[in-house]
Parts: sequence; C-alpha cells; structure tokens
Amino acid sequence: MEMLSGAEMVVRALQEEGVEYIFGYPGGSVLHIYDALFQQDKVSHILVRHEQAATHAADGYARATGKPGVVMVTSGPGATNAITGMATAFMDSIPMVVLSGQVRSDWIGDDAFQETDMIGVSRPVVKHSFMVRDPKDIPEIVKKAFYIASTGRPGPVLIDIPKDHTAPNKTFPFEYPKKVKMRSYAPVTRGHSGQIRKAVEELLKAKRPVIYAGGGVVQGEASEGLTALAHKLNFPVTNTLMGLGGFPGEDRQCLGMLGMHGTYEANMAMHSADVILAAGARLDDRVTNNVKKFCPGAKIIHIDIDPASISKNILAHIPIVGPVKQVLDDMLEMLNEHGGEPDQKALERWWQEIEGWREFHGLRYEVDENGQMKPQQVVQALYKATNGDAYVTSDVGQHQMFAAQFYKYKRPRQWINSGGLGTMGFGLPSAMGVQFAYPDAVVACVTGEGSIQMNIQELSTCLQYGLPIKIININNQALGMVRQWQDMQYGGRHSQSNMESLPDFVKLAESYGHVGIRVDRFEDLEGAMNEAFSLKDRLVFMDIYVDPNEHVYPMHIAEGSMRDMWLSKTERT
Amino acid sequence: MRRIISILMENEPGALSRVVGLFSQRGYNIETLTVAPTEDETLSRLTMTTNGDDNKIEQITKHLNKLIEVVKLVDLTEGAHIEREIMLMKVKATGAQRAEVKRTVDIFRGQIVDVTSTVYTVQLTGTTDKLEAFINAVGETQVLEVVRSGVSGIARGEKVLSL
Ligand SMILES: Cc1ncc(C[n+]2csc(CCOP(=O)(O)OP(=O)(O)O)c2C)c(N)n1
Ligand SMILES: [Mg+2]
Repeated sequence: MEMLSGAEMVVRALQEEGVEYIFGYPGGSVLHIYDALFQQDKVSHILVRHEQAATHAADGYARATGKPGVVMVTSGPGATNAITGMATAFMDSIPMVVLSGQVRSDWIGDDAFQETDMIGVSRPVVKHSFMVRDPKDIPEIVKKAFYIASTGRPGPVLIDIPKDHTAPNKTFPFEYPKKVKMRSYAPVTRGHSGQIRKAVEELLKAKRPVIYAGGGVVQGEASEGLTALAHKLNFPVTNTLMGLGGFPGEDRQCLGMLGMHGTYEANMAMHSADVILAAGARLDDRVTNNVKKFCPGAKIIHIDIDPASISKNILAHIPIVGPVKQVLDDMLEMLNEHGGEPDQKALERWWQEIEGWREFHGLRYEVDENGQMKPQQVVQALYKATNGDAYVTSDVGQHQMFAAQFYKYKRPRQWINSGGLGTMGFGLPSAMGVQFAYPDAVVACVTGEGSIQMNIQELSTCLQYGLPIKIININNQALGMVRQWQDMQYGGRHSQSNMESLPDFVKLAESYGHVGIRVDRFEDLEGAMNEAFSLKDRLVFMDIYVDPNEHVYPMHIAEGSMRDMWLSKTERT
Repeated sequence: MRRIISILMENEPGALSRVVGLFSQRGYNIETLTVAPTEDETLSRLTMTTNGDDNKIEQITKHLNKLIEVVKLVDLTEGAHIEREIMLMKVKATGAQRAEVKRTVDIFRGQIVDVTSTVYTVQLTGTTDKLEAFINAVGETQVLEVVRSGVSGIARGEKVLSL
C-alpha cells in the first residue's frame, strides 16, 4: 500500500473527493499541508485576503454548484476568522468542509502560540466536527466530513488537524474508503408515502391554496418537481428569500417573495390561504410575523429533510420528513396516476382575488424626475442589462431586499445571499466562489457602501485570479436598513447609521487594478450598466449614488399578521 | 413536565460537550445529568432530566437525534420505567439526634456507611422524590453536605435501548 504523510493524505483525500478549489490562507500550523498542496496540481488553492472571505467564497461556490465548498485556515486567528462564514453557511444549510490547523497535539491545552479550541468555538455553528487524533484516521475523517456536509440537511463540517499529525517525516498506509459507515448518522431518504397521500388529498380539496417554497427546494434540487407540480395544479407559488429562483420569477403563477419585505400579493395570499404547502422552508420569523396571528385559516403541509424544522415555530397539520425533491416528485406521480383535479371553480375565484392584489402593486415606488436615483431603479437596470440571466450575489441591507424584489430569478442557484444570518460582507467573496465555479458566467454582486467595506480587500484576490465580477454598489451613503428602522421606530434618530466619510470607490477600484464607474444621474444608468457588462474580462466597480431616504416596502408591521404591512411611508394595510 | 431522556451515544471525546452545548445554545434546561460507558465500551449511556411541555420536549429530542454521535434515544417518561438516584449525605449526629437520624435512615431503607462521633455519612438510593423526602425528614438544619448522582433510568419489562 502507498505510504503518505498526514499532509499528503489530506491533499490526496481532497483529490479523491473531486475537489476543484480550496479557498484558504496559510499559517504555521498548516504549513505541512501547504507544502503538500504545492507539489500537486489537481486541487487549486485560492489565496484570499481574509479567512472570512475564504468561507464565503467556498459558500458561494457551494450555493452555485451544489458541491461542498472547501476552506483551509491556520490555527488561532485564522480559524476564528472563519467562524462568521461557517455560521453563515450553517444558517442557510450550505455544504462546506473547513480544515483548520491546530497546534501540536502535545501542546493542546497549554495556551500555545495561536492555540484556540476551534472544536469548542465552532460547536454551535457546525453540523459536525472532527479532531484528528491519529494521522491514520485522516482518510476516513475526510470521507465522513464530505458525506455529512452534503447529505441530509447540509451544513459546514470542521476538521481540526494538529500540526504534528501532518509532519512529512511520518508516513502511513493510505487507502481512501469507498463507503461511509456510520451507525449514528442516517439521513432520511424517503418521505412517508401515507403522509404524502394525505397531503395530495388535502391539496385537491383546497380552495385557496398557496405553495410556499424555501431554500430547501433550491439546495435539494427540487425546483423542477416543484414547477411541474405547481403547473399541474395551477396553484400560486411564493418563494422565501432563500428560495428565489426555485420557481421561475417571471412565471404567471409566481407571487414573488413573501415575508417581512415580501410582495403584497404573496403576503395577502398566505394570510387568506386554506391550504399551505410549505416545501423546504422553515417558517422563520422573517416570514411569519407574529406566529399567533399566522395564517389563521390554513392547514399546513410541511415538507422538510430536517424533522427539527417541522412544527418548531408553526404546528404542521401534515408533517412530511424527507427530501423535498422526492416528496414533490411522488406527489406529482400520485396526481398523474390516480387522476383527481383540484376544485377549478374555487381556483378561478382564488386567482381573481390574487390578480386583484397584484393590480394593487405593492412594489410600486415613487420616482422624482428631478430628484435622486432610486435604488429600485438600479436593480431594474441590472435586470435589463443582464437579460435576467446573471448570477446575482448580494450583501445585507436594503439593497439586498431590492435585489430580491426587483430581479426576477429564472433558475435555482442564480440568487445567492446570506438569508439566515444576514452577514454583511458576504457579497463579494461569494461572487468570487460563483465566478470560480462558472468562469464564463456573468456574475453581479449587489452591495451597499456599508457591506462592501466589510470584505473590500478581496478586490485584490479578484485581480490575482482575473475574476470579472461586476460590483453594483448601491450607494445611499448610509447603513440604509438600520436607518429605515430608525426612521420607523426611533423617531428618525439616526444613531450611528451614517458614515460620515466614504472612500472614492472609483479610485479605490482603480488602485486595486480594476475599472471604476461612478453614476449619479438616472439618465446615465443604463449606458453605464451596458458599458460595465461589455467589459467581459474586467472587474467593474459601479458606484451608484442613490436617494438615501428611500425605504423598502412592503414591510411587515411588527407583531401583526402576514397581511399587516406598511406599503409606503404613509400607507398601511 | 419533568422528563427523563436516555441517550445511547458514541463513547468519543467531545460527544458529551455537544449534548450539553445543545441545551445551553437552545435555551433548554438540564436538571440532572449522568453519563458512563455501557457494556459495549464504544457506547456511552447518558441520562438527563429536563422540564418542558410536549412541544419543547419534541424539539429537544429532535435536536438531540440530529447530533451525529447520538445513536439512539428514548424519553423514558413516555412509558413505565424505573428511575434511581443515589445520594451520599453527611448529617449532624450528636446527642439525642443520633438515634433519631438512625431511625429515619432505617425508615427510608438507607445505610450509614461512615461514622464519627458527631457525623453520620448516609447512603440512600431511590427516586428523586424519595431522596427529597429524606432530606425533609432529617431536617435541613441537620444536613452538612449532599452529593447526588443524578437520575439513571431504564424502561420496565422487555423493552431495551440498544443497537
Ligand atoms: C456583519 C453585520 N453587522 C451588522 C449588521 C446589521 N445591519 C443589517 S443591514 C445594515 C446596513 C447595511 O448597510 P449597506 O451595506 O450600506 O446597505 P443598505 O441597507 O444601505 O442598502 C446593518 C448594519 C449585519 N447584518 N451584519
Ligand atoms: Mg448603504
């Protein structure tokens, strides 16, 4: 059998897993591994400029491809810098494997230089973690890590590796396991067919149905099945922030996003529904508003791979634990085989009502011809300039909500954002991950002048690897989302939500070796967008100045039901 | 409602901290906790008592089941079960109280396992209720020190928690 050092085993195991890219940053405790990486060319290492960015880049790669993202960091500060990205991936159920160096095993616990109890620090934000106690275990641990990260409800898995276990002078027989054997981990592979049948019967009885589809539809590759089922039944579909693209955004049956900043029609339909099919969604607080007032007349069918997501916030009448894809496909098959039609008369009335809400048009905003540009106009211009085809990553804030509302995503994995944790600084590094996965794709990062500065250093990484990302900086000169809350709930007292100095982003982009374009007037917007997207092999930083006073609407009225919304600064439902 | 949750888990370093961490992370309460290896040394048996309504307990058991190292678990309070806790206690035993304490120990079927001229060390096994009743009977002012093992439990009859 082949004899390899621990470091070589790590690298070989990653090769065996078919890993294309590792996003990482070197340091003392991982130097043996970096040396082994240097001596091969199957796995490419991407040198980021901050470990947080490594995790977000790996995360973006995973969200775009469905394959686990891989990260390597050194012990201590390298490892702790990775925590935010791991927590981000954890909240959104993204498959990720993080390899962190650790001090020599005989020094653990002695407060050695750059020692952090990474297993302890990361515990609440990983699906699982491994500490390598014996180098012989490395192949099996890596195999298990990838398996756990990418099956069931996916999530980040950490492997902490003490430096001495990767030493080049000690070798061990290497054989990569073909299968994983774990008596204590067996994710569900099928939903209960009796429950599925019950659910189908309920769907056929529905008079005011809504399909509420979450990130599980995207991550679980269930988008095709969902679309077919929705079309077959002629039911309206609303997507969560994480689920956008899981159902085509321009489809007649698509009501857009629901929840805190959801569309008027989506929230009204949810509140009035008699049957809700929640697929791969977790009924979280950004969706439900006050749980006590949540959809009073609705029977809830809830499909999720994670039993703990079901009946956590809202009681499910028909719980179905299983892979969303298989469950939806089975539902469709049952309908096709056994016939059965939904109540067409009732559906017709239901659609009439929905069309009425649509006409009301909750996403309208006011444009002042002589005034400043609106952030919504920027997203609409982006949509047009990219034919609705771009991968769009986003940061966190008002710009994120506008990107969710005004860009109609056609396909799953096209929209990439930090939904559960809401991590500012996610946008640019995640765009890097997407661009690495699809070098020829158009990748746009919608961000704000606040968020972009949280990982701005990655402009340097983008130059090194020639990533032609288009950064759409919706510059409202404020932490807009914070400011909006202060306007609405704190009497307009803008405590610490204005940055009183901002860099000249054009010069900044240029000094990083990229192209910068500043846009101040709406009439220049379309031309500037077209120019930016015509520069196919350059990163372009578009710094677009917009009205700092704009708010995101609709917005749920706190403690209300789903239909209680602010529709503008002065109107409410 | 008080529940006794019994868990079979991999006997690996770090497994216990994940169980305990889960409770603090999700705001659940642990009242007692005992853990030791089983006849199969690759497995540990962990018993904990906690409080909560049905929804909360359902969430707790679901989350525990999600932990990779948890192999199986059961809520013993759902069926007939036997629970035991062992208590070691130092009690003041001087003058007239010496005989009184001895009598109480006998009534509760405890044992005096160590004696000095002023102190009895008592060992008592039973349900949590019984141990508490004993402490009350002896009287708090007499008690010098109490050590309790936490609850262990097992289902009645032929049901077993094993692989
Ligand atoms: C790391 C982090 N810190 C703080 C917040 C709280 N927060 C949410 S939105 C927001 C403002 C974001 O400002 P900007 O990026 O300029 O976006 P805008 O809302 O102005 O579009 C803040 C501070 C957060 N989500 N993430
Ligand atoms: Mg801003």
